[in-house]
Amino acid sequence: MAQSEQEILEGLAEIVNEETGVDAKDVQPEKSFTEDLDIDSLSMMTIVVNAEEKFGVRIPDDDVKNLSTVGDAVKYIQNAQG
Amino acid sequence: MSTDQRIVVTGVGATTPLGGTAAQTWDALLAGESGARPLEQDWVQEYDLPITFAASIKQDPGEVLKRVEIRRMDPTSQYAIIAAREAWADAGEPGVEPERLAVAIGTGIGGVQTLLAQYDVLKEKGPRRVYPLTVPMLMPNTASGNVSLDLGARAGAHTTVSACASGAESMGYAADMIRSGRADVVVAGGTEAAIHPLPIAGFASMQALSKRNDDPTAASRPYDTERDGFVLGEGAAVIVLESYEHAKARGARIYAELASIGMSSDAHHITAPEPEGAGASRAMLEAVTRAGLEPKDISHINAHATSTPVGDIAEYNAIRRAFGDATEDMAVTATKSMTGHLLGAAGALENVITILTVHHRLIPATINLDNQDPAIKLDVVHGEHRKLPGGDIAALNNSFGFGGHNIALVVKSV
Repeated sequence: MAQSEQEILEGLAEIVNEETGVDAKDVQPEKSFTEDLDIDSLSMMTIVVNAEEKFGVRIPDDDVKNLSTVGDAVKYIQNAQG
Repeated sequence: MSTDQRIVVTGVGATTPLGGTAAQTWDALLAGESGARPLEQDWVQEYDLPITFAASIKQDPGEVLKRVEIRRMDPTSQYAIIAAREAWADAGEPGVEPERLAVAIGTGIGGVQTLLAQYDVLKEKGPRRVYPLTVPMLMPNTASGNVSLDLGARAGAHTTVSACASGAESMGYAADMIRSGRADVVVAGGTEAAIHPLPIAGFASMQALSKRNDDPTAASRPYDTERDGFVLGEGAAVIVLESYEHAKARGARIYAELASIGMSSDAHHITAPEPEGAGASRAMLEAVTRAGLEPKDISHINAHATSTPVGDIAEYNAIRRAFGDATEDMAVTATKSMTGHLLGAAGALENVITILTVHHRLIPATINLDNQDPAIKLDVVHGEHRKLPGGDIAALNNSFGFGGHNIALVVKSV
């Protein structure tokens, strides 16, 4: 079942906070995972796998490198939930 | 480089079955408390473990570390970080160039809890769900790496692995790093977090653990006729070492001098100690000699004494072989009676205790010594802690590990 962008953003922010300690309110669509949130590739993989479970989607490894901002990830998840 | 340089201890830290700090641990030792208690984890019943108690850590790391630190570090690293931060603060956060600051943290087993938890994830959920930090969390050098990151130490981060002698070896290694000119300050210690059904089952299978499930606090009883094995413990202990001149120049408080390390290997059996103590006695004598002392100068021994029937006798034989009649003037204590056996952290914790013993001139009493084994003719401090005299004093701290590793450290008053 598709969720709203806001629901996905909040869920993603929760995952990012859990894994990295970054404040959930700093996880905003325009933020870059690496540049703004200082998330390394290992943490990114954990976030992806946790997001797959939470949102019931599959994010292939090849697609992960295209998710540079939080907004990219939210849109990807929403489309995948379709 | 100066081989006769004096290396001193300016900070101590620990998180143990007796307390969340070195000071709390010391107070509990003087109060004669036991850290052994029933295990409350579900897996005790799930696997029907033959041993249902251990000396678990007193303070949950979650009370002092951030949630993310707990998530991204194996407990071996968590404990080491807690102890290292305490020791570093206790030393007054020495101002030292990162390139002159080193770390040496030993462990017996490494990140066994992560290894086994992630193996469960692999079996239950498949490879994609295995945590990406699995390898850096389980590797044996994970604690030294994390402590070096935490303190910004860039002169080297080392991990001594010699089973239950690991923590003592790291401290000797650290002192030698300063003597050889590789670093000015070294943060050294040991850590272990192996209270998990697999290590418990393994140690139980080899009949190494006390079976006193109905009375955990009485289970660790070194030198007693009723001793029946060791009590598995966990935790970490860390010290800050620097040269005497370096400490003096910055006006640091000095606890004691870590005078020397003696090392040998038995080449006898993978787990059993050499019964006559040939190897262990060489390590002890080497430590005493390298400290520029004679056996009569050693007034106190913090023994390895794990409470196993064979091990305690073998260590006694080694002490007697090394020191002969001088043994009779050495006051011995076995603090594992209270702390349990912290494996790779044991030697580090016992060296912290030895340092505090020399500093406070007070020997914590061995507990649970109701009937001393008549074959062990040692002056074991029990019943009440004992004062050490004023003036120059020196103490010996023994650690032995599976694999036949023998480590002896000498601590002197300053």
